[in-house]
Parts: sequence; C-alpha cells; structure tokens
Amino acid sequence: MSEEKLRVGVFICHCGTNIGGFVDVPAVVEYAKTLPDVAFATGNLYTCAEDGLSNIRNSIKENNLNRVVVAACTPRTHAPLFQSTCEDAGLNKYLFTFVNIREQCSWVHMKEKENATEKAKELIRMGVSRARLLQAQEEVQIDVIPSALVIGGGVAGMSAAISLADQGFPVRLVEKQDTLGGFVRNLGYVWQERQEALTALKTMIDRVKSHRNITLHLGSTVVSADGFIGNYEIVIETKGKQKRDNVGVIVVATGALEYIPEGLYGYELYDNVVTLTEFEILAKNKKLPKMSSIAFIQCVGSRGQDKSYCSRICCNVTLKNAMNLADNWQNMLGLEEGGKAAEGVSVEKAVPDEIAERRRGRRGRREGGAEEAAPGSGPKLDIAVFNRDVMSYGVEHELMFNKTREKKVRFIRYTPQNLPKVSLENEKLTIDYWHDTLQLQRKMTVDMVVLATPLVAQPDAKEISKMLKVPLGQDGFFLEAHVKLRPVDFATDGIYVCGTCKGPADIPEAVEQGLAAASRAAIPLARGYVQPESLVAFVDSDVCSGCGTCIEVCPYNAIRKTENGLAEVTIAACKGCGNCGATCPENAILMNHFTDNQLLAEARAALEEVKE
Amino acid sequence: MSEFQPKIIVFLCNWCSYAGADLAGVSRYQYPTNIRTVRVMCSTRVSPDIVLELLKDGADGVMVSGCHPGDCHYINGNYYTQKRVELAQRLLKMTGLEPERMRLDWISASEGEKFAHVVQEFVTKLKELGPTPVKKDEKLVTRLQAAIDASRYFRLKVLTGKEINLTTKGNVYAETLKIESLEEIMAQAAEDEYRNSLILQLTHSKPCSVKELAKEIGEPTDKTLEHVVSLRAKNMLALDHIEGSTPKYKAILIGGA
Repeated sequence: MSEEKLRVGVFICHCGTNIGGFVDVPAVVEYAKTLPDVAFATGNLYTCAEDGLSNIRNSIKENNLNRVVVAACTPRTHAPLFQSTCEDAGLNKYLFTFVNIREQCSWVHMKEKENATEKAKELIRMGVSRARLLQAQEEVQIDVIPSALVIGGGVAGMSAAISLADQGFPVRLVEKQDTLGGFVRNLGYVWQERQEALTALKTMIDRVKSHRNITLHLGSTVVSADGFIGNYEIVIETKGKQKRDNVGVIVVATGALEYIPEGLYGYELYDNVVTLTEFEILAKNKKLPKMSSIAFIQCVGSRGQDKSYCSRICCNVTLKNAMNLADNWQNMLGLEEGGKAAEGVSVEKAVPDEIAERRRGRRGRREGGAEEAAPGSGPKLDIAVFNRDVMSYGVEHELMFNKTREKKVRFIRYTPQNLPKVSLENEKLTIDYWHDTLQLQRKMTVDMVVLATPLVAQPDAKEISKMLKVPLGQDGFFLEAHVKLRPVDFATDGIYVCGTCKGPADIPEAVEQGLAAASRAAIPLARGYVQPESLVAFVDSDVCSGCGTCIEVCPYNAIRKTENGLAEVTIAACKGCGNCGATCPENAILMNHFTDNQLLAEARAALEEVKE
Repeated sequence: MSEFQPKIIVFLCNWCSYAGADLAGVSRYQYPTNIRTVRVMCSTRVSPDIVLELLKDGADGVMVSGCHPGDCHYINGNYYTQKRVELAQRLLKMTGLEPERMRLDWISASEGEKFAHVVQEFVTKLKELGPTPVKKDEKLVTRLQAAIDASRYFRLKVLTGKEINLTTKGNVYAETLKIESLEEIMAQAAEDEYRNSLILQLTHSKPCSVKELAKEIGEPTDKTLEHVVSLRAKNMLALDHIEGSTPKYKAILIGGA
C-alpha cells in the first residue's frame, strides 16, 4: 500500500462542441479543482488528439500525479488509449478513471445546458472519489488460439478468410447457403468492365475452395460461440450434425437482403414491376421481357418511406443497369440474332449492333442529348430514371452518371410529397408523375418498372447478435465499436465485422472491409497472446470459511478449493464478473478494481449534495 | 419552488446496459438529467447491501441494469442479479421504504431507445413517490441498516448463491428442492434474519425489553421472544439488566462498533 499523498489530475474534454456545446466545460474544470486531492485540472479541446495526450503525459510528470481522471466520451471506445497514455508517463493504468460526459451526459441532455453542467460536475466528483481508492494492478498474459472463424461466405467474408488464410492462420468459413458468393451471385454484371458477376466471383471462390488453410462449411450455421478473445469455443451445425472447435477470433460477415417493396408502386400487383435485384437476375438469365421502354424508380422504401436511411449503392446500381441497357439492350433483350425482332416489341426492325451504334452516335451528335429520338429512326429502348436526386458517389460514378445522360437516359425528378404512381391503363403499365421542371402532371407508358429498394439487415442478424453479444443498430445492421476510429471492430475484443451486415456497401467496399477486418483480427493471432485486464477476484484466506458457495456460482470454474479447504481463484480463468464477490457469505472475496468500497465511494459521491 | 428532482444511482453492466446507455447518447435520445451511472463488469456484482446502503444514504432511487436473461456476457450472472434484486426488494418491503425505489431492467447494447425510456419512466415514478423519507425518519434508517446487515448475513447469501444447484443438482445427499419450497424458505429466512438484525440494531445503543422490541418491529411479543432466545443462543445478545421484573437486552459487539 502506497504511503504517498494522493494527487489526482482531472482532464476534461470539450470534444469540439460535442461536449463543449452542451456542458460549460470551463465551469466544470474550475469545480474539479475544488475536489479533494485534486492537484491539477484542465480542459482540452480534444483529449484524444495528440496534444491532449501529451498534455496528460506532461501533466503527470510535472505535477507528480498519481491518479488520472479523464472526463470525455465512453470508456468502451477510449479507455485503452488513455490508459496507455498513463503508462507512457509511468503511471499504472489501473490508477486511471474514465468519466463519461458525452454519450451519457452532453448528448442526452442537449437542451438543458445548466443541468447537464451540474450532472457533469457530479459525475466527475464520483470519478475522483473512485480514483482516490484505486490501486495499481499487474496483468497476466493469456495465449491466443491462432485460428479464426468467419461467418458468411459473401465477398466480404471470403476476402477476410483469404487474407487470414494467406497470413498462415487456419480459418473456418461458415456459409448458411449451399454456395459461396452471397448477394453478389444475384447480380448480372459488375460495374466498369461489364464483367459477369459470377466470373468476377469465380477467382475468389476458387481461391477459398482450394486454400489449404480454409475449412469450408457450406449449408452450415454457427449455433453457439462462448468464450473470449483468444479462446472461443464454437459449435458449427451442418445438416443436423454438430462440430466443435476452438478459435481465437471471429469475423462477422453475414451480409444483407434486399427490401421487398410490398404494396409500393404496384409491386406484386402487376407483372413487370420488379426490384432492382430481380431485374439483375432476369438480365443475368436472359429472361427479360421484350420491351421498348423501361422506367427505374429510385429510393423505394428508403430515405423515410419505410427505412430511414439511404442505401447508398442503389443509384450507382441503377446507373450501371441504365448504362448497360442503353449500350447493350438488344443483346440483353435477346434481340441480337440476325436482326429479328422478337414478338411484342414495338420496334420497326431490329438492326445489327454496329448499325444501331452508328445511329445512336449520329442522333447523339445531332440532338446533343435532346429528349426524344426522331420518329422512325429505328428501334430504340426508352429508359427513364425517376429519382429524388441521383447520389452517384465516388470518383468514377459521377462520370458514369454524365455518360448515362449522354446515352439519352431520361432522369426525372420527383419529390417525397409527389410520388409517381404506377397503374395499369389499357393493359399498359402507366406512370403518372408530376414533372417538377415543367410543373405539369404527365403520363408515361412503359413495359417494365424497376424499383430500387434498399439493402436491409438479415433477419437472423438478431440471433447472431445475441449469440456473440455484439450490438445491432436501430435498422438491424451490426454496430461497430466506433463509426470512424474502429469501423471493423466490435466493442467486444476478438470479434470483427465487415460487409453489408454493417450497412449497405458495394463490392469494392465490402472487399476493403473484409481485408480490414482480417488485418484487425490478425493482430491478436500474430501476437499469440492477449493481456486481459486484471479485473479478477481475490479470496482473503483469513476470512474464507471454505463454504464453497463461490465455487457454485462461478460460471468459469475459476475457483477451486485448496488443500486446506479454502477457496482460491485461478487468475487466467477468472473474468472478473464479480458473481463470487457478491455471493461470498463471509464477504471474503475482493473484486480487484471494482471493490465494494470503490463502488460505494463512487455512488455515494453523487449523493453528497443531497445530504446537505 | 422548483420541482423535486430525484437523485438516482444506476448500475450498468459493462457489456450490455452500459453500451445501451452509450447508444442512447449516440442516437441522441434525450432523457432527464437525474441519473448518475456507475459501471460494473456484470450486474451480478451489485450485491443487495450496496443497493440498500445507497438507499439508506439518501438516494431517491437505485436502478440495476444488465443483459437480457440468456444473454449475459458471463453466462448466467444476470440470473443471480435477479435473485439479489428480489432479496433486496423483499428486505426493503419489510423496512417500509417503497420497494419501487429500486428497479431492475434488462437493457441490451442495442436498446438505446429503451434505456432512455426506462430512465424517463423511473424519474416519473420517483417524482410521484416524492423525496426519499430516510432523511427525516431515523427509525427508517435503523430498519434499513438492519436490512443491510441481514443481506450481508451468511444464511441469505448462501441461499441466494446455492439456489440453482439446490433446485437442479441437489445437495450433497442428492435431494433437490422444488423452486416454490425454496422461495418459501427464502421468504422465511429473509424475515428471520431481518428481524434478528433489527433487534441487534435496536439494542445496540440502549437495552430494550422484549415488549419494546416487539412494538418496534410490529410483531407479536412471543414471536420476538423467539428471536431474542435464538440470538442469545448465538451469543449475539445478552441480558443487560432487569428493570422491575422486565429483563432488558443489549447487543454484544464483537471487535468494536
């Protein structure tokens, strides 16, 4: 036990305006200076930025601080950073206390600055009370099983699996379907080089299938996963048969589904009203109906219609398909052979590709992208895209948008107040819409309507979330540990996330995320050990009576009886839940770093003013 | 005069509920400023005496929140949380302090909205109940101290800790108990231990007769006599002096107050 005088340093973060905008930080700093044993208190614009961290390091040295309190965001994301900063300055990381004044104060009290400021002061008072009782702790190292489980065999999961396997770690890849490829299997062509999606996937699938470090479990699910970073005990079920194994890390890449636009724009009511993905499937299988006009409707069911979010990728997917159709429609509609018009197509005469190309080129030059093609100028496919605004994000895609417009694809804008209506008039699909530029109600007959619906979370994401104890966001997608700083980590160590199961993403993004998750997951695997926090139970053998109640409640068999009949904790197995500590009938068990005294001091500090 | 603002201590487990509270922040769900959160690794860490101590010290409400049953990061820690909270509420009821001042909620890492909602609901409830009476009621403080002592006492701790095994695996003689009969035993034990602790509390500062004790506890004199006899047998209570023909008892303090 140290005899030195307590010297607490308090660092209060503005987090830009995230905290500073809703809490009077300078007033809180002044208040912190008045708390017992506080030797130093300061505010930082961003405590997690390098100047904030060096401020902590320097202040520890200059002021001989032996306890540090940081009041900022949440310990769940930032505690390790500040703990290692303390260690850099020679302070044991267990002498650090985190006070959450952002997620649990400024962000939830945005309209009451005065009360939020008072609450922040009290939270810091609680933190200082806790800090004063903290003791330095030593940590143990625990081995990591150098293998990984990847859940999901889409492009993200496969990328992660290949990367981990290439780094030499055995990988179990579990896919619930009987085939690899995930959502991308549905697609006809992938962007740019107009390569068939399956051809593009094939390289990846072959790699997975032939990799000696990858064990593939098709038509399988992970039914349970218990443990912690470095040592997860998993059970994989394949057609009723269960396989047990231990892995060190888990990558979640379970993908997404397309939204089914029930009751929207005549979907399921009229033939030839399909979703974007259904269109791709039809196109891929050469099953598109013969037609002379097609309309895409964007943002169906997204951006407030049902789902609140923008699915990001659908604008680009529509552009891709519109472009493909404009360039290649005869081929796509099966009209390419001998210029023979198929039945039901309102074309005068289908012409060979190269001639059509020349004609289109001529028209394009002559009319400079005007609305209608000249009558009688040959077969054509009218393409219209009803949109709220085309979000062709990315370097390539905006150029593609412009090219698509040059190809005479019509972009017609609608507003959420004036949605286009799809109906059947005289056996023809008719779109009734308000033309915003002309300020006129217009009608358009088309042969096919394609609805661009958002990607939505997998329904079984909920079960996986429960099984792995990782969170889902409001829309059912998995929630990463930090949206900017830790985009492929879960808050739980040893579990990583990538691909569309964490939100809509296109193929390159899913691959990037897969590779990113693999490189994150490889860190503990390559290091070979983890150093879990020293939050373990300690039995005071002077007080223990050997009743064994703690042994019964311990979920990890981490307590055993010694030769003299008293309880003893196996530190490597103890995970610090505190069940034994709360249970011990003799109150003989001390929970390191979460002692009764520390908890009570922290909580009682909140009640001080009440007593006055 | 401004409206009464209850002071609430909230214990959140690190894995689900603390993350749920963070999510409420990330999603900007606004809720009243009355809560003061304390992070614990598992809700099971919060023993009944901690909750009772804080209520005795003037908290208007205490909330414990953990992962949903079956979702506990520590397998079944929250099962014991529920048992501990039930015990705390059982004891609270006997002290006369409203058991609604303590609540248990299961809040997952994805339930930010639920967290905000639960806080709002608890604040409203506590505003209805009004400020905690402990500051004006010394007797209540004594009764709460008795409840704390009882909750820390061997018998109640063992019963809470061994419940799963007693009802499923059985004791060393392989006898299993029905959950209902264990509940009954628990209820009786809580009552006994609370009364014993209260007698010790009451006789702590001044010797009392059985009659005086019975009146304070609010039970028939013969019942109190039973407790007095059992406490004397355990060497926890001693005859102090006889006033007229009435014996007065005093608690025996071991190792100082």
